[in-house]
Amino acid sequence: MSKKLKAAIIGPGNIGTDLLMKIQRSEWIEPVWMVGIDPESEGLKRAAEMGIKTCATGVDGLLPHVVEDDIRVAFDATSAYVHAENSRKLNELGVIMIDLTPAAVGPYCVPPVNLADHAKNLEMNVNMVTCGGQATIPMVAAVSRVQPVEYGEIIATVSSRSVGPGTRQNIDEFTRTTAGAVEKVGGAKKGKAIIIINPAEPPLIMRDTIHCLTEGEPDQAAITESVHAMVKDVQKYVPGYRLVNGPVFDGNRVSCFMEVEGLGDFLPKYAGNLDIMTAAGLRTAEMFAEEAANGAITLPERG
Amino acid sequence: MNLNGKKVTLHDMSLRDGMHAKRHQISLDEMVNIATGLDEAGMPLIEVTHGDGLGGASVNYGFPAHSDEEYLNAVVPKMKNAKVSALLLPGIGTVDHLKMAKDCGVSTIRVATHCTEADVSEQHIGMAAKMEMDTVGFLMMAHMVSPETILEQAKLMVSYGANCIYATDSAGYMLPDEVTAKIGLLRAELPTNVEVGFHGHHNMGMAIANSLAAIEAGAARVDGSVAGLGAGAGNTPLEVFCAVLDRMGVETGIDLYKIMDVAEDRVFPIMDQPIRVDRDALTLGYAGVYSSFLLFAQRAEKKYGIQARDILVELGRRGTVGGQEDMIEDLALTMAKEKGLI
Repeated sequence: MSKKLKAAIIGPGNIGTDLLMKIQRSEWIEPVWMVGIDPESEGLKRAAEMGIKTCATGVDGLLPHVVEDDIRVAFDATSAYVHAENSRKLNELGVIMIDLTPAAVGPYCVPPVNLADHAKNLEMNVNMVTCGGQATIPMVAAVSRVQPVEYGEIIATVSSRSVGPGTRQNIDEFTRTTAGAVEKVGGAKKGKAIIIINPAEPPLIMRDTIHCLTEGEPDQAAITESVHAMVKDVQKYVPGYRLVNGPVFDGNRVSCFMEVEGLGDFLPKYAGNLDIMTAAGLRTAEMFAEEAANGAITLPERG
Repeated sequence: MNLNGKKVTLHDMSLRDGMHAKRHQISLDEMVNIATGLDEAGMPLIEVTHGDGLGGASVNYGFPAHSDEEYLNAVVPKMKNAKVSALLLPGIGTVDHLKMAKDCGVSTIRVATHCTEADVSEQHIGMAAKMEMDTVGFLMMAHMVSPETILEQAKLMVSYGANCIYATDSAGYMLPDEVTAKIGLLRAELPTNVEVGFHGHHNMGMAIANSLAAIEAGAARVDGSVAGLGAGAGNTPLEVFCAVLDRMGVETGIDLYKIMDVAEDRVFPIMDQPIRVDRDALTLGYAGVYSSFLLFAQRAEKKYGIQARDILVELGRRGTVGGQEDMIEDLALTMAKEKGLI
């Protein structure tokens, strides 16, 4: 029997398609279904051309096939509005939900920081926070695991072309969700998030700045080592994740300046913000598959 | 130029844009002192917030001496006639800040986006309009795109509920002909019940000339700052502008001697450095860089030994936009590494 977990992607847009291309290379996840709501959508056609089963009637169209095709993982790349229903229906059938929307029904997941815990606990719904969160929270955590961080602030600068209408219409959701996860996952007592959209052409590669204010003098050697180790952990699933400058120390301020270049699968390389979401989502599913394969967790029973 | 008989609403920026020049450290007493002076002089509208708007308190832009709420609660109750406005940049502040400002008695909300990104302002403009506030769409760095693009973005903001649209020369880059073209097109194409406004910076020494061009092209509101207290080489100095408008027969409702006195007696004494077109401020205008980058670039020069002018020119070349202050230290570090300084 194959060790691969079978997966469905909901939402055949840019994120869903990029995810599909990444999953096709995975040793642990096998893409089986692409679910949309518009039979004419380019994304569904692309998926069909790639040999994936497609359905254009939403999650309800997928449900009858879940057990038969042994779907174990679903990635939701739709919107926060429909995610909760999608998740409820699929969870009932024992499908683990990886939420790439800002719905945040389940706990936040930033792979190198807390994925292992979520996998061990077999969380049936995990939320991938935001692109800015995936790019920066590992660095906040790298500092807070050395010494307490009283304040963590992240600034994500993304190219205008890489920001879709959903994010634009509800940009407050980005700042709130990211700031919340800087606290809950990053370990800062207080979190703040800022997003800047830059229209320069050619588009700029996603860049992120992380400022932490530590309690007491920062332990420079330990923090520097921790930051470099964390960068390596993220590079395992996002090779273009780079520490450009820092950590810089100024009083109790610790600052890191990052750049995130994507793999350029379906989305262009500058859209590191989208790439880090799909890569983190896939990494999350893979961890569940690895844990299931080595017997550390038992997936929900199927008749 | 004949502006005789025109009316314009002036809007003071010293307690918001001026916060940049003061590293956001204006005291509550200083704010109240300046605001009451402006109120007595007849200034109709005064902006009060962190330099980067509501929620701007941060490592990135600087922590202010007091919260937005504390400043607003100190100033608003002291106003006899003047109304108070607040700036909000989506991506930095949220609708929660907007509601707080409304509760503090702010009557005008100005929602600011980069000149090509108006669609991030929908929820904020929509909310302010729904609360029946005077709702302004503020298109920053307007020198970077064509008049047609400014118009297209302005129309988005109007569709969300804005009753006034600004073309904002955040970098102090524009020359009067450009102001005429941009303000003129907005005035010609936007509905007549939507006002048009202009916000200038004095980095090329053009703030007064540009503001006059704006009025001639149809701007009903013009921003400035008493004593010019603002980012870069400051905003259009309002006491000077009032004197010019007075001689040209433009009605402002402002008492010239009183605003001269506010500038001289209340604002000039609190300046940490002269607000002037120095080498670096001139570079902002010349290279088209966001004015609040000035002090950050000068601090990076001190810390890393790279000339502020070189940093600013490179920031311009890279097409940085408002709010990218974090890029300054990052770039200075990279330039210092390249030069073998660190």
